[in-house]
Amino acid sequence: MDNIAGKKPALTWAVHLSVGLLVLLWVIPTLGLLVSSFRSGDQIVSSGWWRALFTQEQQMSPMRIEGEEVQKDGVFVIEGRLFATASTVSAWGTSSREPAAYAPGETADLGDGQTLTVQADGAFVFSSSATTEGTRLPRVFTTAATPPEFTTNNYNTVLFSPMAGQSIFQAFMNTATVAIPATIIPILVAAFAAYALAWMEFPGRALLIAAIVGLLVVPLQLALIPLLQIHNAIGIGKGYLGIWLAHTGFGLPLAIYLLRNYMVGLPRDIIENAKVDGATDFQIFTKIILPLSFPALASFAIFQFLWTWNDLLVALVFLGTSNDQQVLTGNIVNLMGSRGGDWEILSASAFVSIAVPLLVFFSMQRFLVRGLLAGSVK
Amino acid sequence: MDQALMALLTIVIGVGGCVGYFWASNIVLDKVIFPARGLEAGRNISRANMVRPWLFLFPALAALGLYLAYPVFATAWLSLNRNEAGELVFVGFENYRQMFGEDKFWESLRNNMVWLIVVPAMSTAFGLLAAQLTDRIKWGNIAKSLIFMPMAISFVGASVIWKLIYDTREEGQAQIGLLNAIWLQFEGGIWSTVLVQDLARGGAWIKLFRLIGIAVGAGLIYVALSWALGAATAELPYGKPQFWLQIPFWNNFFLMAVLIWLQTGFAMVILSAALRGVPEDTIEAAIIDGANPFQIFFKVKVPQIMGTIVVVWTTITITVLKVFDIVRAMTGGQQETQVLANYMYDKLFVAVDWGVGSASAMIILLLVTPILVWNVWNARKEMR
Repeated sequence: MDNIAGKKPALTWAVHLSVGLLVLLWVIPTLGLLVSSFRSGDQIVSSGWWRALFTQEQQMSPMRIEGEEVQKDGVFVIEGRLFATASTVSAWGTSSREPAAYAPGETADLGDGQTLTVQADGAFVFSSSATTEGTRLPRVFTTAATPPEFTTNNYNTVLFSPMAGQSIFQAFMNTATVAIPATIIPILVAAFAAYALAWMEFPGRALLIAAIVGLLVVPLQLALIPLLQIHNAIGIGKGYLGIWLAHTGFGLPLAIYLLRNYMVGLPRDIIENAKVDGATDFQIFTKIILPLSFPALASFAIFQFLWTWNDLLVALVFLGTSNDQQVLTGNIVNLMGSRGGDWEILSASAFVSIAVPLLVFFSMQRFLVRGLLAGSVK
Repeated sequence: MDQALMALLTIVIGVGGCVGYFWASNIVLDKVIFPARGLEAGRNISRANMVRPWLFLFPALAALGLYLAYPVFATAWLSLNRNEAGELVFVGFENYRQMFGEDKFWESLRNNMVWLIVVPAMSTAFGLLAAQLTDRIKWGNIAKSLIFMPMAISFVGASVIWKLIYDTREEGQAQIGLLNAIWLQFEGGIWSTVLVQDLARGGAWIKLFRLIGIAVGAGLIYVALSWALGAATAELPYGKPQFWLQIPFWNNFFLMAVLIWLQTGFAMVILSAALRGVPEDTIEAAIIDGANPFQIFFKVKVPQIMGTIVVVWTTITITVLKVFDIVRAMTGGQQETQVLANYMYDKLFVAVDWGVGSASAMIILLLVTPILVWNVWNARKEMR
């Protein structure tokens, strides 16, 4: 909107800053998880994810020297490296009181004929006049700069090696098995009903529309036990068929409502001309209404897909917990309970689960917005 | 992949079945039951047209009736019965009496009330702010898209995301939760760090900015103190990592933040469209009368989109009443964070007490009812 009078530069800046701040607030949580999912477990617990993006100089946790002892010219020598990563030591020490007593390359005299040298790249040489076998080796305190380092190991782990009996990949497949049919099946059922409610005259139509608007807000919590009873009674039990039917039922009010609102807005002329030309309702529906309603169909499909993919409650109730039925959301809730501290696993699993909805979201945002507006503003 | 095959088959059967049903029932209606020929051709056509809407509606109505309408009554009935060894025994309002006697129920009701006020209010407010601000800048669409993004994230995914933010490690270890990392910056009280502690460092310009900061901050403190003296003078444990999700009462707000984060995008998208629909001439008239941008926003635009604000508010209210996943995943309803939907789940599937579980489901329905009635009433009004 450019019609605000007296647009002061200061105000414009304030707007830019506020929006920037808002966006930051809304993006940072997700970013945190994304960054964490590319760090190893050790990295995640040793520093906050926001430090992972930059080379960071920090005091490392003390490390005890370890390695093969070799006898050379009468002294016992252990050589090795302190870090597995490409860190650069800027100072080091051998006691917690003076963790930065020496510069890299300097040699520390530890007494008892023991000396220690630490190089900038973390390589150390420890020598002792007597064998150190069976004794405790000295600890090294270092201050080191570590460049950002990322790994895709977490994803390999969660996708392909089963945890608690189930791999995330399997759960991913299960979720897809739930979500795709549960998205496609209600569309056609709803489209026919929406057409009848939008363009056919019959007694009780207004009442039906009102009923559907009412059902739109009925909490599905009420449906759980009675439906489970029905499913058990007719032999479906807990399984995919049951959850497809349940999602279809729960998705229908929104589908009918959205599609009816859209179809009512289609030009009356086209439909009446077709009728005059002798088209039946069935032909009008399949040849005219359905193709014209594509945007509304697409927006409902996106809603339903996001909803079924992200759902936890319906899956908990209507699906079993066995390996071939547990969905992503259920799996992650279990992980949060049993391995709540293993952020490398949790973050990668969570990202696998939100990757597909995010992809759908960014590629089809237009339809999503249109659907939202049709459903709410009217 | 048996499973994929089964899903594919279901899609084919489901869609094919639908098409087949609609097509065949039409044929049967037009050719067999009421054929448009013979003596009664005209009457038959109009008869067929009387029946046809119901053919179109039948599958949808059957599914709706079975999956949404019937369960409401069945749940109402279940809430008046007790399940004793598989047999339903009618007990009247005994289940409700038992539920009203439970502290956990009142806790969830109280929490739900707080949720019902805070989440819709904050989401709508943030949504309105974001809608208004992003409409005025060039990169507004990108900003909108990013604020809208959480909409695609599941409640469970969001719970993981926010659990990382609230993560707590013991004192002395590096904090990996963002909130604790920020909290620890405030050692020795919030203002001392921001304003005084760092004053000595930096060049002349930076010192000048700090002084301005102090002036602004002092003003803010004054305002804050005047309306929240209690909160401002409270002894907060600065400098210590906090277990955010275990602080009674306040942990509810940390859970609410997750839902606010998820719902703001929705509010923003709808309110932004409504703001664009505000007639230009009303704004121009206000400008000519010398209104400043704030007056234009609060006194011209907001009143005109009040209807949409109410719709957004009620939609989020319904989402809040059904909120289950967040509480389940983050605290499991422990530490005084129980809400009705999770209470119901615990009763139904953990304690396997169908009577009380159904009774609590009825309470949720009761809370939704005003919105249901209002929605239906509005829809009827619109259709006339």
